[in-house]
Amino acid sequence: MTSQNQEALSCPALLHLSGSGMQDCALSVGFGFLVAVLLLGIRTRWVLRGYARPRSRKKDGLSLLVVAGSGGHTTEMLRLLGKLSTQYSTKYYVLAETDTMSEERIRSFERSKVTGIEKSMYSIHHIPRSREVRQSWSSSLLTSIKSTLHCLPLTVRLRPDVILCNGPGTCVPICLCALLLGIIGMKNITVVYVESICRVESLSLTGRILYYFSNLFIVQWPLLKEKYPKSIYLGRLV
Amino acid sequence: MGRCVFVTVGTTSFDELISSVTTEENITILQDLGYDKLVLQIGRGTTTLKPYSTTSEFTVDVFRYKPSLAEDLKKADLVISHAGAGSCLEALEEGKPLIAVVNENLMSNHQNELAMQLYKDGHLYYCTCRTLGTTLKTMDLSALKRYEPGHPEIFASFLDKALGLN
Repeated sequence: MTSQNQEALSCPALLHLSGSGMQDCALSVGFGFLVAVLLLGIRTRWVLRGYARPRSRKKDGLSLLVVAGSGGHTTEMLRLLGKLSTQYSTKYYVLAETDTMSEERIRSFERSKVTGIEKSMYSIHHIPRSREVRQSWSSSLLTSIKSTLHCLPLTVRLRPDVILCNGPGTCVPICLCALLLGIIGMKNITVVYVESICRVESLSLTGRILYYFSNLFIVQWPLLKEKYPKSIYLGRLV
Repeated sequence: MGRCVFVTVGTTSFDELISSVTTEENITILQDLGYDKLVLQIGRGTTTLKPYSTTSEFTVDVFRYKPSLAEDLKKADLVISHAGAGSCLEALEEGKPLIAVVNENLMSNHQNELAMQLYKDGHLYYCTCRTLGTTLKTMDLSALKRYEPGHPEIFASFLDKALGLN
């Protein structure tokens, strides 16, 4: 009787003990998770609110990563770039792999301003397309993940001071990588998004995403400024 | 020196526009307005129009694509374009009177947003394939406001300031 009874007596006690232990454990994991999410949220907001601007002015100018897209996007982008001051001494152009037209236009744009001091260093980088026109949402998600995995090492390697983009889907993974670099404190990158002039009353899909993940979000029509109060309206730019 | 109408459908196709412009009725309207040359960029369209000259000295040229439409735009006295943003801006920046024709088969096409706005601002005329004839007859090209290009330099100085440069 003795040993069996002892077991019978001790078992419920053990069970009780381990039960409350597991509860505690789950509670603390849950609490830890909440704190982590909260901290991540605060940190993300901190990075996005622009407290993380490149403050130290470099003597050799800032580096600028430009996400170029197809056709109209490239036209608008080259117009914006045409008037930039000479303080962006290094330019990295990131293009979707399938886009050879834009590459040629960028090269001729850069060649056109090779005049002494205005000459800047530039390089062209290719990444997989994150979304083709008319691609479905679900398969877009998959290709976007693939694209992000490709963009992360590129963003880490280039570590630009500023990212400028204006709409092609390719810019979403790049901007998310930039945000990640800011969150982990590796590099503060200012993400600047300029919505296309074509968008008068509704944002593009890229715009709707990057409205939440950019430091400066610029629109070109007043109606959009009304709808998206966080955006900046400077008149028609291109 | 004759007067030329340039019709462009952009990178895809818009057969309905091409057939609307080339109906006998609309060709007559164009002739009455003093135009004697029609140049059609038809893109991927399936229209089987061939270049021709009529006895009344009205010529029609047809091509699918060119690397740049700048030359044709320069030569034109009136541009009739699909309502796509790129084509509209290109014509307006060349300072040409423009009729933007919306493709009703492409519903909720955001490309029309810009044409619509530019119409509201008085820079172009806006119509459908069915109302093209009426628009041609009633339009007053001198009433169109000149389209001024945007100001990228404002963006440049804004960015410098935001980044703490200068």
